[in-house]
Amino acid sequence: MDAVIVDKLEKKFNGFTAVDKISFSMKRGELFGLLGPNGAGKSTTIYMLTTLLKPTSGSATVNGFDIRTDSEAVRKSIGIVFQDPTVDIRLTAYDNLDIHGRLYGMSGQKRKERIKEVLDLVELGEWKDKMVRTFSGGMRRRLEIARGLLHTPEVLFLDEPTLGLDPQTRRHIWQYIEKLRKGGIAMMLTTHYLEEADYLCDRVAIIDRGRIKALDTPRSLKGIIGGNIIRIEAREPQKLAEMLKKSGFCKAPKVDGAVVSFDVKEGGKLVPKIMEAASKAGIEIENIEMRLPSLEDVFIHYTGTSIRAEKSAGGGMMMGRRAHGF
Amino acid sequence: MSELEAIYAIWLREFRVYLREKERAISSIVSPLLWLFAFGTGLGASVAIAGVNYQLFIFPGIIAMTLMFTSIFYGMYVIWDRKLDFLKEVLVAPLSRRDVFLGKMLGGVTDAMIQAAVLLMLAGVLGIPVTSYGALMALPAMLLITVCMTSIGLFFGAVFSSFESFQLVMQFVLWPMFFFSGALFPLENLPGWLASLTYFDPLTYGVDAMRGVMLGMGKMPFEIDLLVLGVFTLVTLWMGASAFERMGKI
Repeated sequence: MDAVIVDKLEKKFNGFTAVDKISFSMKRGELFGLLGPNGAGKSTTIYMLTTLLKPTSGSATVNGFDIRTDSEAVRKSIGIVFQDPTVDIRLTAYDNLDIHGRLYGMSGQKRKERIKEVLDLVELGEWKDKMVRTFSGGMRRRLEIARGLLHTPEVLFLDEPTLGLDPQTRRHIWQYIEKLRKGGIAMMLTTHYLEEADYLCDRVAIIDRGRIKALDTPRSLKGIIGGNIIRIEAREPQKLAEMLKKSGFCKAPKVDGAVVSFDVKEGGKLVPKIMEAASKAGIEIENIEMRLPSLEDVFIHYTGTSIRAEKSAGGGMMMGRRAHGF
Repeated sequence: MSELEAIYAIWLREFRVYLREKERAISSIVSPLLWLFAFGTGLGASVAIAGVNYQLFIFPGIIAMTLMFTSIFYGMYVIWDRKLDFLKEVLVAPLSRRDVFLGKMLGGVTDAMIQAAVLLMLAGVLGIPVTSYGALMALPAMLLITVCMTSIGLFFGAVFSSFESFQLVMQFVLWPMFFFSGALFPLENLPGWLASLTYFDPLTYGVDAMRGVMLGMGKMPFEIDLLVLGVFTLVTLWMGASAFERMGKI
C-alpha cells in the first residue's frame, strides 16, 4: 500500500480553483517533491492531506486512512513541518516537544527518550532549556522538524522547509532531511527552489495553477529536454536562428534578445559544426555555451514560464494564504 | 489515547505559558487594586451603600471584574494564536476540537482563579473583613463566572479574526456586562427597563452570590444565583465548543 494516494483531489475557494483534480501516489520510504511557484496549490494540497482543509471533491488516503472520514487516524500517523513557524516562542524547546508528545499520547519514559533523540538529531540538545523566543529562524525550523518527528510518524510533510533561510542553513536542513531519508520515513516536500527538489527528491511533481504538469524522477524529467542545451550569443540572432533551422541543427530555436537557445541530443559533437557553419555564413558568434538541462528548463518546458519570474509576483500568494482562514 | 490526557496536555501548555509570562499576571493583579483604591477609597470617602463602606461594597464586584476581564482576554488571545499560526500545531494533533476547547478553557480558568485567589488573600492587608468562610463559599460562584467568561472569550476568539473586532466586543459586551452587573452600584435604583436588562447578565448573579456570602448583602438566594449562573455557563460552554469545531474545519 502506498503511503499517500491522491485521487482527483480538488479545492475551490469562492470559485477560485486552487487545486484542480490532481491524482498521484507516493510510495513508502519515498522523498516526494511538489515543485511549483507560489500560489500553485502546493500548500493547499498539503493542508488537505493533513486534514486542515476539506477538499471540495475527490479523495485521498494517507497511510491507508481516508482524509475525509478518518481524519484523526490520519493526523496520528503523520508529522508536519509548517511553512510558517508554529513552535511556541513563549516556551522552551523542551516544553514545546514535551507538550507535543503528550498531545500524541506518548508515555512519560518513551517521551523523554524520544525528545532527547530528536533534539540530538537537529543538534539542539544544548538549547533544550532555552526559550524559543531567543532562537534564530534556522533553529526554529530545526525545532519544528524535531517536533514533526517526535511521535515517529510514518509520513512527514515538509511545507517549504527552507523558505527564507540563508544558503548555509538551507544546506544544513538538507542534511537532516537526507539523514531522515536513510531512516526510511516517507516524506512529502513542497518547494519552489528548483535546486532543492533536484538535490533531495526521489520523484518530483511539477505543479502549476493547481495542476500536475509532469511527475517523474529529476533525472528522467531532465531527460525529457534532451541531452544538452546550447546557448549562443550573436550580433544577429535572427539570422543565426534562420541558419540553424536551414542547416538542420535544430527545429525551433528560441530567440531572446541577443541569445539563441535550443536543446539537442549530443551537444559536444555539434558545437564545432555550428561554429564552422556560422563562420561560413558570415555570422559572428560572441559566446557559445553548452550545459546539461536543469529542472528550471523542465519547468519552462511544461509551464511556459520561469519559476523565478513567477516568484516575484508574490501578491497572489498572500491572498491565497488568507483564503485558508487561519 | 485517552481524551483526558490530551485535554491535560493543552491545559499544561497554557499553564506553562502563564508561569513564564509574569507581566500578564502582575498587571491583572495591579489593575483591580487600582480600582479598589481609586473607587473604593476615593469615592468611598463620601459614599456608603446600605450602611456599608463603599470599598467593602465593591470588593466582591472587583473580584468578579478581575475574573471576567482575565478570562475574556485570555479567550480572545486565540486570535493572536491563530495569527501566529501556533494554533495549527494543535489543530493537526490527533484530538477533537472540543478537547482543544476544553483544555484551553481550563487553562484560562486556572489563570483567572489564581489572580482572584491572590486578591482574596490581599483582602486582609487592605483592611477588608472577609472571613475565610465567606471566601470559601464564594469559590463556586467565582469558578462559574470564570468558566462562563472564558468560554465567551474563546467563542469570540474563534469567531473573530482581527483585533479590531475585539474593540467592538469590549464596548458592546464587556463594559455593559460589567457596569450593569451590580459590581459598582446596587441595581435596585435603576430605571425599570434597565433593571430588567440586568437579569440577562450572567455577571449579575455572580456578583450577587459573592456579595451574599461575603457580606451578607445578597438580593437573591445563593442557590438561585448559582443555578442561573450555571445555566448561563452551560450555554456559553456549548457556544465555545461549537465555535471551535467550526473553526477547526475552516
